Order: sequence, then C-alpha cells, then structure tokens
Amino acid sequence: MSDTTSREVDAAIDNLEPSGEHLKFSSRTPLWVQIVKWGLILLSLVVLGWMAQQIIEAGHWLMVSLVAFIGLCVLAVYATKRAIPAKYLFPGVLLMLLLQIWPLVYTVQISFTNFGDGHISSKEEAIASITANSVREVEGSSRYALNIAVPEGTDVATGDLAYLLTDAEGAYYVGNLDGLEELPADGVEAGPTGRITSAEGWTTLTPQEVNERSDDLADFGVPVFDDAGEQTAGIRQVGLSEAFIGTPTKVYDEAADTITDTVTGTVYVAEDANFVPESGEGAALPQGWREFVGFENYTSAFTNATLREGLTKVFVWNVFFAAFTVFATFILGMAIAILMNDDRLKGKGIYRSLLILPYALPIYVTALVWASMFNPDFGLINNLFGLDINWTGNAWWARASVLITNLWLGFPYWFIVCTGALQAIPSDVKEAAQIDGAGAFTTIRRVIMPLLLVAVGPLMIASFAFNFNNFSLIWLLTEGGPFVGGQSSIGSTDLLISLAYRLALGGATPSFGFASAISVIIFFLVAIVSYFGFRQTAALEDVN
Amino acid sequence: MTSPQDPTNTTMGAVDAHGSDKARDGRLDTKASDVYTVTTKSRRTSFRAVWWRHALALLCLAFALFPIIFIVSSAFNNAGTLSTSGLLPTRPGLDNFNDLFNDGARPYWAWYRNSLIICGVATLATLVLGAAAAYAFSRLRWTGRRFGLLFILLVQMFPAMLAFIALYITFANVGEIIPQIGLNTLWGLLLVYLGGAMGSNIWLFKGYFDTIPRELDEAAKIDGASHARVFLTIILPLVRPILATVGILAFVGLWGEFLLASIFLTQAETQTLAVGLYNTREANQNEYFGQFVAGALLASLPVVLVYLSLQRLLIGGMTAGSVK
Repeated sequence: MSDTTSREVDAAIDNLEPSGEHLKFSSRTPLWVQIVKWGLILLSLVVLGWMAQQIIEAGHWLMVSLVAFIGLCVLAVYATKRAIPAKYLFPGVLLMLLLQIWPLVYTVQISFTNFGDGHISSKEEAIASITANSVREVEGSSRYALNIAVPEGTDVATGDLAYLLTDAEGAYYVGNLDGLEELPADGVEAGPTGRITSAEGWTTLTPQEVNERSDDLADFGVPVFDDAGEQTAGIRQVGLSEAFIGTPTKVYDEAADTITDTVTGTVYVAEDANFVPESGEGAALPQGWREFVGFENYTSAFTNATLREGLTKVFVWNVFFAAFTVFATFILGMAIAILMNDDRLKGKGIYRSLLILPYALPIYVTALVWASMFNPDFGLINNLFGLDINWTGNAWWARASVLITNLWLGFPYWFIVCTGALQAIPSDVKEAAQIDGAGAFTTIRRVIMPLLLVAVGPLMIASFAFNFNNFSLIWLLTEGGPFVGGQSSIGSTDLLISLAYRLALGGATPSFGFASAISVIIFFLVAIVSYFGFRQTAALEDVN
Repeated sequence: MTSPQDPTNTTMGAVDAHGSDKARDGRLDTKASDVYTVTTKSRRTSFRAVWWRHALALLCLAFALFPIIFIVSSAFNNAGTLSTSGLLPTRPGLDNFNDLFNDGARPYWAWYRNSLIICGVATLATLVLGAAAAYAFSRLRWTGRRFGLLFILLVQMFPAMLAFIALYITFANVGEIIPQIGLNTLWGLLLVYLGGAMGSNIWLFKGYFDTIPRELDEAAKIDGASHARVFLTIILPLVRPILATVGILAFVGLWGEFLLASIFLTQAETQTLAVGLYNTREANQNEYFGQFVAGALLASLPVVLVYLSLQRLLIGGMTAGSVK
C-alpha cells in the first residue's frame, strides 16, 4: 500500500468530515430512496407477473411455480431488513443459476439422449405426427385455405411449424402437433380466398422459406381429436395454399404400443426410438422420438472406427494448435519485449500503440480479413509474395494459415505482458550474470527466461485454455475446412468446439446429443488444465 | 464469453488500489508501464547504440501492420472487390461506404445500434452486479462466503459458449412462450451474456475491494451509515479504477463475441456487427469484399479508440489474466 492510497483515503475521510466533526448519517432512509427502492421491487414483480401470465397461457405449470418462487425471493430479500448479503448477490446469482449453471446441467442431460435429426419430439408427439401424416382425403370433404407459420419470436428455419387455416365458412384456426385451435378473428388479416396472410403471434413463412423446410413439412400434419381426446382425423397440406381433412391410415394401439397401417396391414413396433416393421423388413417410420440412451454418445466415439479416427485427428490438432499458439506467440512477444526493453530506445510508446493493434481489432474483423488474404485466387498473400499456394484447399496449408493468423493475433498480448514482467526483474540480477561472464544470449536464456516464466506461467495456462476453444478464429477463418476424403462432417482444421457446432447446428441433420457429449468432454479437458493451473500457482490459498 | 479470468496473478502489473500504477514517489511505477522513462544521454550516442533495435522493431511493425494497411486501403478503394484490392488502393474513393450504407438487405446501422445496445447494457450490468457481489464477498461476513466464492470461480472455468446447444434449445422453447426474449431478439442474447456478468470478473473486483482499508467503512458505520450507504457513497467512488478496467474489458470482449450471436441472431434486423459482417462477406467473398471491409473498419473504431486512449487501464487487466 503506498502513500497514494492513504492520500486518497484521507481525502475520502475529509469528504466525510467537512468540518472536522463526525458526520451524522441520518438513521432514517431518505424518502426518495424509499420510493426508488419500492419502485424497483414493484417493477420486478410486474415483469415477473407478466411473464407468469404468458407461461400460464402456454400451460407450463412447473415454470409458473419457478417464476412465482423467484417473485417470493425478491420480496423476501428486498422487502425485509434481513439477509443483507443476499441483497447484493441475488440478481447476479439468479442470472448465474439460470444462464450458466442450468445450461451446463442441460448440456450434460442432452448428451445422454439421442436428441437430434428425426428424434426431436416426445413419443406422444411422434405418434400424433405419424397418425396425422397418414391422412388420406375423403371424397367430397371440404378443403381449408392454408398458410404456414411459426410462433412469433422463433426462427423461421427451426421454429415449430403450424398451419394457419380458414375453413369453408371463413372461420380461422391454427393447427400444430397438439391439435386444432380456433384463432380470434380480430388479430387476423386474410386474402381474397380467405387465406390468412398475417396473424397475431405468428410469423408466416415466405414460399422460399416453406421450400427450405419441405423436409419438415413432409412429416407434418395436424391431428384432430374428438371430445374424448381420441384422434379421429388429420389435416394435411396440398400444395402451398390448401389443406384437406381426412382419416388416418396409420393407427396407434396404445395397449400393444404398435402402429398398424390399415392399407398395407404392416404392424410397426417401437424399437430404439423409432417405429420399425414387426417383420424386420422395410424402412422404419421417419418420425422418431427423443429418449435416454445412456453412454451411447460417449462410447460411439470409441466403438465406431471412422468416428474414432476423425475425432483422434481433431483432438491431436486441437492440442497442437493450442500449445503451438501459446509457445509461438509467447516467444515472439517476449523477443520483441526484450528487444524494446532498452532505456535508450526512443518512441517506445508509439511502437507499443501500433503493436497492440492486431490484438485490439475485433476478432471477426481480423480473422475474416486474414481469410480474404489467404484466398488462393485473389488473396493478398499469394499476390504479394508471388506464391501459388492453395491455402484453403490443402489441409496442411490450411493449418499453416490458421497458425500464422493466430501468431499475428496473439503476439501483442505477450509483448505487453512480457514488457511488464521484464520491468519487474531487478537489474542487479542481470548485472550479476554479466559479472559472472554470461553473454547476452545466456543471460536471456538462463536468467531472464526462468524469471519471466514464473511470472507469466498462470497466464500461459489461461491462454492455452482459451485457445483450446478458440471457436471464433477457426470458424471465421476456415469454418473447420478443408474437408478431405469425400465427407463433410470433420474438417482438417476443426477444433472439438467447431466440430460440435457443425454437428449441432451446421447441417440439415442436427445431432444435439452427440455434439453435447463433445461439449462435456471439452468441459473435462478444460477442468483438468485448470486443475493443474491452480495446483501450480496455489492461488486459491488466497481466498479468505 | 469475454475471457477466462485467471485469478492467480499477484506477481506483476495488476491494477491496484491506487487506481493506477503510480509508485510511492509519484514516478510512474515501471511494473506495467515502462515507456516513459527519460533518457539523459545525448541523442546521437543513444541512436548509434540502438539503431538495430529500431530496425528490428520496424520489421515487427511491418508484420503487425500490413493486414491493417490492407483493411484501410481496401476500404477506401472504389474497385471494391477482393481481386482488385492490394496494399495500396487502385482507385481511391468512398464508394464502399456508399454501398455499405445503402444496402437494403444489410442494415449496417441497425447492426451497429444492436451491438452498442447489447454491449452497453451488458457492460453496465457487469459493473453493477460484479461490484455488488464483490462488496458482499469483501465486506460482509456470512456463512458460506468462502464456499460461494470458490463455487462462482469454479463455474467461470466453463465458458458459456460450451453450453451453446443447451442455450439454443432453451431459448427456442422460451421464445415460444415469451417471444420477447426468444431467439432473434436482442433481449435473449443479452440475457445469455448476463449469465456471467457477476462471476466473470469477481476476482479482479474482490482483489481490488480488499485493498480499500476497512477502517473507512467501519468509521462510517459507527457514524450510523447503512450498508447501502457505505457501498454507494464510500466504496464505489474509491473503486472507480477497477470499474473502468472491468468495464472496458467487458465491452471489448462482447464487441467481438461471435459464436452465441451467430446462433441467436439469424434475421438481418436483429444481428450484431459480428454476425452481419460475417454474412456480408459470406454472401460473396469477392464481390462484397469492399463493402465488408468498409464496415469492418467502422466496426473496429470504437474498440481501437478505447485501446489506444486507455492503454494503461487495459494493460493492467491484461496482465491480470484476461485473454482475448
């Protein structure tokens, strides 16, 4: 603690004691503070109440009670004079629980399921979809005018599909896997044929968007239930703007847990989250459901030969990428720091300001510009140096381009850090080395480097952990590519995290379960690295 | 999101309670900022001794700056495609910026506004929640304090982006019930960023709070000040330097966040600069290059200005373990 602090402290005390006497803090809280406090409490309760109302309309009772519980906590913490630490921690802890810890838990949970393409919904929804989907039009029945929509606020490419329907009498309905529901007419705009063009709470799809979701729509149909809750019919689309109602040809038998095709007579039994023909011949029904699969996602990485080979490659590259990046950026940064660590050198401030720029620019700018510079046809690198290297098509050159870019991105950080650390090394150490006859190089290698490493060791671990998951760089620079060997799932520059991203969200056949398993594995790898980092530095002893 | 915080650094350069790296006698402490040392030797002798250092330093500068020169020259090049870009603009002009501002399919200013809103609000929340939590951990005494702190630190070891699948599915479902915070909304993404608002910088905060002498708030308490009053009127003004450091780090970190933003924001109107510019370039790498690079240059301005003007505070944060 230096004098500066105590001076500031004195100043603060002076502020409290303008006349040298003890300031009398009034024991009663001023009125405006009270108003602000109760206003905030009321505001948060209103917001929570509004959310609860939305959730009640959707019928998720567990979530309603969660919201109600949060509301009670707000009152208990802020409306009373008790639990003072909780007053400071509550919002942060709440956000952490909901948005950091819950996603962690949920990720682990997903990694034990087959959640993914063809296994998105629950078994009930899958059965409803199969039945509704098998509907054949009954001669003479009337048709609906149709538009296709997703709930407002969801992504048109992934949101749950729904039919917006207008029947022959002009009544409006919305139909999804849960069944048919009437739509209040005052939020609806319809075209001349009665086709709904917009409806409150729904986002209609453009023909192009409909086309992009044709695979989903092919499996989609709206079940119609009678008063007893038994499905009696289903609604299916015909073209883009019409739908018909008809009777299902595939019927679910709840007692036997089978589906019977009334036209062909095939019986389907539930097996491995799909309905497969009882005879064992023929294709399974496309609509499967989500179920617990135990460690299958984890073990398939070891039992499936192609997967094992691909994952091993990715893992080796991932470790090498992170280790090499830390090593190379540190060496270059340190070299420049030593180079500039000379009192006689002028303009160091300018050098430092300019050298920090690669680190200061946002990653999406630098990585994308480097990607353009590595373009084999028009890129600056090939043009400038008269090269003809296929940076994006050749696996090894692509890896080189990633390492070069990350060297450029990372060295300013180590330059700054090493500059600071070098200043902390006392000059008598260096003088002692000189007196003992050590040359400049020996001094650096034997005296300065070890001292530096002690100081920056923890930062190297942090940097390794960061680069191990450096998704932005890889995705923006190469998207994990190039893909060799005629497959498009595992790229040559993929890190584990970019692989998980592609598996989950990159293609037409998402595989959330397996991608989550990869995430969980990364969790463990990061935990191991952090553990050794902590053990090295014993930092947690400081916690008091 | 922003960075893994390494809470271990006590050896050097961390910003300390005096808010800067000024040492006892008012000279700049050389721990973190060294460059202002005054040399007394004559200019000529010193230059002869260090010219080779200048030469090597210029070489490093060339390596560091040529992509940046490329960005600037391409942005001001009317030719506007990747194939016509070089280190010097072939036809200098502002056409790229015209294209950028008048592209109906790519609302650049909306992206800029979204980025500013998200980063601004998230930064503010980071400061409020972080400082409040640090006060509870540093000043108040309660059971479970040590465990709580360790637990928060442990959670920070697992960056939010690793749970992107769970976040995506959760918010897809939430959006069906409460569309205002679902996918493709600023509020949804903002909420995700707020998950780590309290924890990600708790170590920097608490370390700094601990250096403020306890006698100060104890004196105030004896005079009848409430805990809130101590926090707001005594502690907060004294920790302004760490607020500035953390605020800048959080802002800069979020400004460059790409993974979660790209998952959450798929409609042009709601996107941030990171996602919008990525899609611009993706649309056609050659044709839209000029427009992309012009947008990238403007998008870089806020953070570059922050870096250059507040280097000292940032460097304190960097040496305390923030990695980008």
